[in-house]
Amino acid sequence: MLELSPDEWVAVHLSLRIALVATAVALPFGLALAWLLARKQFWGKALLDGLVHMPLVLPPVVTGYLLLISFGRRGPIGAFLADHFGIVFSFRWTGAALSCGVMGFPLLVRPIRLAIEAIDRKLEDAAATLGADRFWVFLTVTLPLAMPGVIAGMVLCFAKALGEFGATITFVSNIPGETQTISAAIYAFTQIPGGDAAAGRLVLVAIAISLAALIVAEWLARRAGTRFHGE
Amino acid sequence: MSMLALDVEKRLGDFALAARFETAGGVTALFGASGAGKTTLVNMIAGLIAPDRGRIRLDDTVLFDSAARIDVAAHRRRIGYVFQEGRLFPHLSVAANLDYGRRMCGLARDGAETERILDLLDIGHLLDRRPGKLSGGERQRVAFGRALLMRPRLLLLDAPLASLDAPRKREILPYLEKLRDEVPMVYVSHHAPELKRIATSVVLLDAGRVAATGGIEVLDAAATELMG
Repeated sequence: MLELSPDEWVAVHLSLRIALVATAVALPFGLALAWLLARKQFWGKALLDGLVHMPLVLPPVVTGYLLLISFGRRGPIGAFLADHFGIVFSFRWTGAALSCGVMGFPLLVRPIRLAIEAIDRKLEDAAATLGADRFWVFLTVTLPLAMPGVIAGMVLCFAKALGEFGATITFVSNIPGETQTISAAIYAFTQIPGGDAAAGRLVLVAIAISLAALIVAEWLARRAGTRFHGE
Repeated sequence: MSMLALDVEKRLGDFALAARFETAGGVTALFGASGAGKTTLVNMIAGLIAPDRGRIRLDDTVLFDSAARIDVAAHRRRIGYVFQEGRLFPHLSVAANLDYGRRMCGLARDGAETERILDLLDIGHLLDRRPGKLSGGERQRVAFGRALLMRPRLLLLDAPLASLDAPRKREILPYLEKLRDEVPMVYVSHHAPELKRIATSVVLLDAGRVAATGGIEVLDAAATELMG
């Protein structure tokens, strides 16, 4: 009963891959943006902040549709990337990763930004007087001190990516083996007669993955936290 | 030739700083009541705050010149800074804190010199600890060591003993006296007895202006005046 069918395994495997890739690719952008929002004053900052948070407040279907018309085959960005770099998003798992990354992005940026804002800037000044330029200050002082926030952001982004449904299905549809994640598969199984058992199995898998992610995150955050106090 | 020469102006809200002085090396005391602009001034020397106008020169290097649009970044000035609160990096061990400046400045490792500084400050037994596990006095000694090990051209000390109680101050002062011959210093404090023990010249600041300069006799005159 608890044995997953090959098709279900594919959905689980695909979900993990999409969520991991989405989080990993979003991370450098998220770090840069969080630092910018936490540390810099510039024209249009409120607008940028609003844009980052848009996927959180927009209906996911709207975000998915916007991705479709901009990153789809005929969309301006999608056509450019396909022609010049051979990167295609539409109806591919890469497109699912993109939509999951976009949806998870605000959840990634916010904890990192808060963590950076909480760091005593005097420590960064001290690093500068010791010869560290801005990049090294970030790498050796800001980033390690913000690590609990970075981990929290990554977990939230990963969890969001794992569960993302509306934007993904709008952007890249629900193709088994290519774009059908756990969430989409559960939805598909609930739409067909006799699909309850399969849906139930995937629900259990989703719960297990989410719990595991939370436990790993808690452990990582605790380790990062004790490094400041313990030996 | 003077070692450090400074002529700067800065407006911060209602507070206007306009200071000009030169020092010949040794330990220059920046003395004055709190709010006189002492910390602002050392932050300008360190490159953490830019003056609105003026010039700062260290030996033959122009660090800041508003007319010539020169503003050497803090990380290129090679000026050590010991802050009132130490500001050790909490996520690094004492050893990594001490080594930070050497690494960032790209200096070769010098075991003998490190050993000498560790002995001088008596911090060799603390290397494996985290700053969170140090006493106030130990923390400040590590902060001195961290600033010295980057081999600075000038050492700025911003009230390095102010956060310590009297016994801790007595514990640190002998170390400071030993540092006097290591590197020229600018020493900020509003505590005259402490300055008397280590300063070789004095700049008296009052409400953002230099009120007097001279030897440590300036301290006596100023102290009597401050006491009323």
